[in-house]
Amino acid sequence: MEYFIQQLINGLTLGSIYGLIAIGYTMVYGIIGMINFAHGDIFMLGGFAGLIVYLLIMTVFGGAPIAVALLCMLIVAMVTTSLWNWSIERVAYRPLRGSFRLAPLITAIGVSIALSNFIQVTQGPRNKPIPQMVNSVYTIQGISISLKQIVIVVITVALLAAFWYIVEKTPLGRAQRATEQDRKMAALLGIDVDRTISITFVMGAALAAVAGTMFLMYYGVIVFTDGFVPGVKAFTAAVLGGIGSLPGAVIGGLLIGLIESLWSAYFTIAYKDVATFAILAFVLIFKPSGLLGRPEVEKV
Amino acid sequence: MTAETLLKVEGVETFYGNIRALAGVDVEVKKGEIVSLIGANGAGKSTLMMTICGSPQARVGTVTFDGQDITRMPTHEIARLRIAQSPEGRRIFPRMTVYENLQMGASLDNQKFFNEDVEKMFALFPRLKERQFQRGGTLSGGEQQMLAIARALMARPKLLMLDEPSLGLAPLVSKQIFAAIKLLNETQGLTVFLVEQNAFAALKLSHRAYVLVNGSITMSGSGAELLANPEVRAAYLEGGAH
Repeated sequence: MEYFIQQLINGLTLGSIYGLIAIGYTMVYGIIGMINFAHGDIFMLGGFAGLIVYLLIMTVFGGAPIAVALLCMLIVAMVTTSLWNWSIERVAYRPLRGSFRLAPLITAIGVSIALSNFIQVTQGPRNKPIPQMVNSVYTIQGISISLKQIVIVVITVALLAAFWYIVEKTPLGRAQRATEQDRKMAALLGIDVDRTISITFVMGAALAAVAGTMFLMYYGVIVFTDGFVPGVKAFTAAVLGGIGSLPGAVIGGLLIGLIESLWSAYFTIAYKDVATFAILAFVLIFKPSGLLGRPEVEKV
Repeated sequence: MTAETLLKVEGVETFYGNIRALAGVDVEVKKGEIVSLIGANGAGKSTLMMTICGSPQARVGTVTFDGQDITRMPTHEIARLRIAQSPEGRRIFPRMTVYENLQMGASLDNQKFFNEDVEKMFALFPRLKERQFQRGGTLSGGEQQMLAIARALMARPKLLMLDEPSLGLAPLVSKQIFAAIKLLNETQGLTVFLVEQNAFAALKLSHRAYVLVNGSITMSGSGAELLANPEVRAAYLEGGAH
């Protein structure tokens, strides 16, 4: 039982990270109907930005309280990835918006390769370790929870709350939902659709940057290929939850995280990715709209 | 009436791919007027409405609003000049509540007059008040039509463009809507440009009207003149008057 609860906690931590990435996939899909395959690399980029900031703080400023360091890492990572994703949308996706559906998809794969190679060239191909930042571990009745895990879950919950508030309650969120539902009508009401789409990319990137920084902190290491597997898993999470649905992305992320850690705990760890991707296949075959997604037919 | 021109459409040609939907249209709407556009299905009425809003843009000709050339302006900037449209097919945001749809209408002023204006809309269409927390997609056609008009009015428009406001409405409700348009025009000087299938009601309501056939204006005149015109009667009013 203790072992099970332990795995549950591990799974929720991992799932938080996947959920944050999955939101970026699902929002962009919702608003322009494309899968931004470069999103996983944006996540990886966020991790590297966090790493560089951490090393700068340690070497140039000779260290800082851990909360301050983490905050700086998050802010710089968010700004960096936002700028990247904003530029990518402007340069690579927007010119293709009126084009056939596969064009931006292929471009996204190209952007993904370009990004990971850019990091390979500039940061080197080897694993980049980060010293243990937070290492307290609390043990309650045989179950150990690390401070890292608590930080990750708390930040995720806080961000999701802020994010939910923006999308549901602010004029910006309303403009995003309107653009998603009927782009032409939104424009007729004075909404700058291009700007709204850009902001969506920026928001998705910021969440991915937080996920990247927390991934770095959790595993203590990052490498230029790290965008791929977590990226595809987050995509699986978005599909599982129902692509286009924000709560779906979070629930899908948590489920994927849980499945992965429970599989690793009770079955062979080598096949944990197989388990995850088998789920993607099953969802696509038996319930393509996902858990909370709406069927394609809804058109009034 | 010697009022100023608010909207001027000159020699406008609009294309869908290689198909010419508008073949050189000239239309003028003066401040404070109700002008209607009648014509058969496929004549290009809705295309003209959308061309004025820059979606699609005219390939040839110019659209001028309040002395400003808006032919090449992006749609959202045209909307910001206070041209509001209740478009063909209503285009209610289906997964937003009635209330949120109305908030979208008030985007231009950042909701500054929202509370005041929403009460006016609820007074005009009490049905919307009952349904305010319901999703747009679950409304009946007639309710959606009211919502589309109310949403357009929420923008406090200088020019209100209505595409088939009576479509799908019970005769009594469409009568109410026409009465509401007339009232807004008379009390607040609201300028209205409307497309209607119900030519009889539209002509009776309008100061002036245009007849659009195959992408060209074939006739224009005061509402009363066109109502009396035998060709108009034969083409658009026979059996349709009620």
